[in-house]
Amino acid sequence: MTDWINVILQGVLVGGLYAMFAAGLSLIFGVMRLVNIAHGDLIVLAAYLALVATQTLGIGPLVSLLIVVPLMAAIGYALQRFILNRTLGEDLLPPLLVTFGLSVIIQNGLLALFTADDRKLDAGALEVATVRLVEGVYVGLLPLLQFAVAVAVIAALQFVFYRTALGRAFRATADSPQVAQLMGLDNRHVFALAMALSLAVVAIAGVFLAIRADFDPSIGPARLIFGFEAVIIGGLGSLWGTFAGGLVLGVAQAIGAHINPGWQILAGHIAFLVILAIRPEGLFTKGRA
Amino acid sequence: MSVRVTFASRSSRIGLALCAIGFVALAAAPAWGGRDDLQLLAQIYSYVALASLWNLLAGYAGLVSVGQQAYVGLGAYLLFAFGIFGGVPLLAAIPLAGLIAAAVAVPIAALVFRLRGHYFAIGTWIVAEVFRLTASQVSVLGGGSGTSLPASLIIAIAPSRQLRDFIEYWVALALVVAVLLLIVLLLRSRYGLALKAIRDSELAATCNGVDVIRTKILVYIVTAGATAMIGAFIFLQRLRISPDAAFSVNDWTAFVIFITVIGGIGRIEGPIVGTIVFFALRQTLADLGTVYLLMLGAVAIAIMLAAPKGIWGVVVARLGWQIFPLERRVIAESSPSHSTAVKA
Amino acid sequence: MSEPSASAPLLAVRELDAYYGDFQALFGLSMEVRAGEAVAVIGANGAGKSTLLKSIAGLLRSRPDAITFAGEPIGGLPAHAVAARGVALVPEGRALFPSLSVEENLLIGGQLKRPGPWTLSSIYELFPVLGERRAMQSTALSGGQQQMVAIARGLMANPKLLLCDEISLGLAPIVVRDIYARLPAILAAGIALVLVEQDVVQALKAVQRVYCLQEGRVALSGTAKDLTRDTIAAAYFGV
Repeated sequence: MTDWINVILQGVLVGGLYAMFAAGLSLIFGVMRLVNIAHGDLIVLAAYLALVATQTLGIGPLVSLLIVVPLMAAIGYALQRFILNRTLGEDLLPPLLVTFGLSVIIQNGLLALFTADDRKLDAGALEVATVRLVEGVYVGLLPLLQFAVAVAVIAALQFVFYRTALGRAFRATADSPQVAQLMGLDNRHVFALAMALSLAVVAIAGVFLAIRADFDPSIGPARLIFGFEAVIIGGLGSLWGTFAGGLVLGVAQAIGAHINPGWQILAGHIAFLVILAIRPEGLFTKGRA
Repeated sequence: MSVRVTFASRSSRIGLALCAIGFVALAAAPAWGGRDDLQLLAQIYSYVALASLWNLLAGYAGLVSVGQQAYVGLGAYLLFAFGIFGGVPLLAAIPLAGLIAAAVAVPIAALVFRLRGHYFAIGTWIVAEVFRLTASQVSVLGGGSGTSLPASLIIAIAPSRQLRDFIEYWVALALVVAVLLLIVLLLRSRYGLALKAIRDSELAATCNGVDVIRTKILVYIVTAGATAMIGAFIFLQRLRISPDAAFSVNDWTAFVIFITVIGGIGRIEGPIVGTIVFFALRQTLADLGTVYLLMLGAVAIAIMLAAPKGIWGVVVARLGWQIFPLERRVIAESSPSHSTAVKA
Repeated sequence: MSEPSASAPLLAVRELDAYYGDFQALFGLSMEVRAGEAVAVIGANGAGKSTLLKSIAGLLRSRPDAITFAGEPIGGLPAHAVAARGVALVPEGRALFPSLSVEENLLIGGQLKRPGPWTLSSIYELFPVLGERRAMQSTALSGGQQQMVAIARGLMANPKLLLCDEISLGLAPIVVRDIYARLPAILAAGIALVLVEQDVVQALKAVQRVYCLQEGRVALSGTAKDLTRDTIAAAYFGV
């Protein structure tokens, strides 16, 4: 029995990471109807930036967040302002194809710079510390921390969206870009800020990913897919719904892995397809994809 | 005054004539080409076919799929399965694989059509991943490392290697011609008119009685079946299959998308032009490895931002050419000698 | 109503052309509005009234010198830059932000934080019913209340020029009268006003001057007092 509790617990904890993958994705789609195919590769890019930061500056991975987060946010702003803004419009092919091209560029750029070798960030003692929740149930301190950070990130995003002028600007521009302009909001700037925020979240997710497991330039697309699945399982339009979707995905994968290690990812896909078949609007909303 | 609809135009007549000449030359390739030439040409044909089918789906039906590799791999695995376990001659297994894949596409369509736009795209990718992961679990076909075609099946195609090469080459040529013919006929039919209407405005099309969903599903299923046949052929020629190769996003989707974007989406000539450019680049730059892919990505982005209609799109805009007669022209005839034409 | 300024006009439109793709909607249109003045722009459907307002607000780009505001050519500026200079448009059909509450719609109207008499509290004084419903989703209000939100949202920007596009559209006469009853208070603060209306009667009572558009051109202009009903009808319908 504790066996299964551990499995589900692990699933929930990794689900927090998936929720972070998903949050950035869902934010962008909410504000400007853009799905960034390079999203997963940007997570990996953040991981490599953290790698460089820790190696050249001799700082710990968590400290590297102080560099990687602002850097990724700046990259996000520039990316949106100078490239992606030009793809927005009625036609969905341009943003899809440009972000697809971006994905290829990032993957191969990282491959050229860092080779395909597995890398990992070392968080030292933090990685092996465990916490005992109840009798027989132990949880790694790092996964717990990562889960807490995920909750904090989602809560922070909720706060920004619903209690700040910036969030109002995001929601208004998403409702009607034209009328938002009448309020003095420059859409190009608002969209770029949204992407900056998204990549800031991506940066946090990337650093935790790098600490948690081996990474190499090719693992981006899988992260995109996990984030995407979490968004669909949870349902569009709700950040906490996305968070819950991440947890469901994490648990589905954990159960699959427990039955047969080769089935881990497949189990996640199947959970996604089942939700898509039975309740396409997601588990936690009333909207439609 | 009477009205008739015609497809031909002066440039299309010239273009078709050139195509006919080209076709004869290519059909005779075994006479003038070596083994490497034939294999390269067969690869080119396969990519033209795959890109044309992707173009039909995305450029005409508006269904942007990033998961067509699902059907390439499915077709390939079905061929291997039928050949190795079903005792079906390999060449006959190609159309069979296409039919089965089309049937599989029906429930898949029921699933992925619940998503729209960008989400549809990623949904198709996930389906392909499910196929890939499932294939890795099928141990009788080699599981994760894959398997090879037994020599007996290959020899059954033809006794000599040279004759096999010729036959495989003609099969490749026949497949791409069949695919292009299929697309042209589809677009000239009322389904084609429906697709054009849907592309211009789905809402208006629905109001005019076009069954949008049914048309899209039809195109999706037909494309899936045809893509599977191409996939079956590709791996027949390769003699070996593995899940990563059969369901590779890079080979069967990224390259296909780049070809179509560079050549021009939504026009039949586009994928052909794109494939030629793609292979020209590949022959000259392939040694650069990852840098080559990087450049491909950059070129695709640049084209999408600067010339979204691709190379052929620019040609059409500047010169108004079309090779395949597809634009409907309504000609009003007030007397036998007097007619004015309006293009649609 | 305050006296219009005797110096250069606040808003000067000179030989303005406007296009939607290949279709030309305005033909060399000229008009002006002085600081603190209230002007009506009337005309039948399709005469170009909304197009004129959209051009002034920057939603449609024009020749830079075709539109001058406070001495500066703004024809080529994007809408958010025009808004920053003190022009507020109350769009046709209200166009409230559905994802935002009433108060949030007002707050975003005041996004630019321009100084002036209009704040949340002074808005709620003018439109008490909005204060009662401040937390509701803006689209849950009645048509008349939504129109008040839209106008209030425009005022929150503390503009020098307020452009109102058919604020009486789709509203019952009694509601329209209620809304127009607030205009004097709005004008008292010194704002210039352009009212585009199909309901000529209400508009004429509220303004000093009138422009009548017909097929993208000014067919008639003059003071509201001097123009008789018949002249207006003639210009309106192009008789």
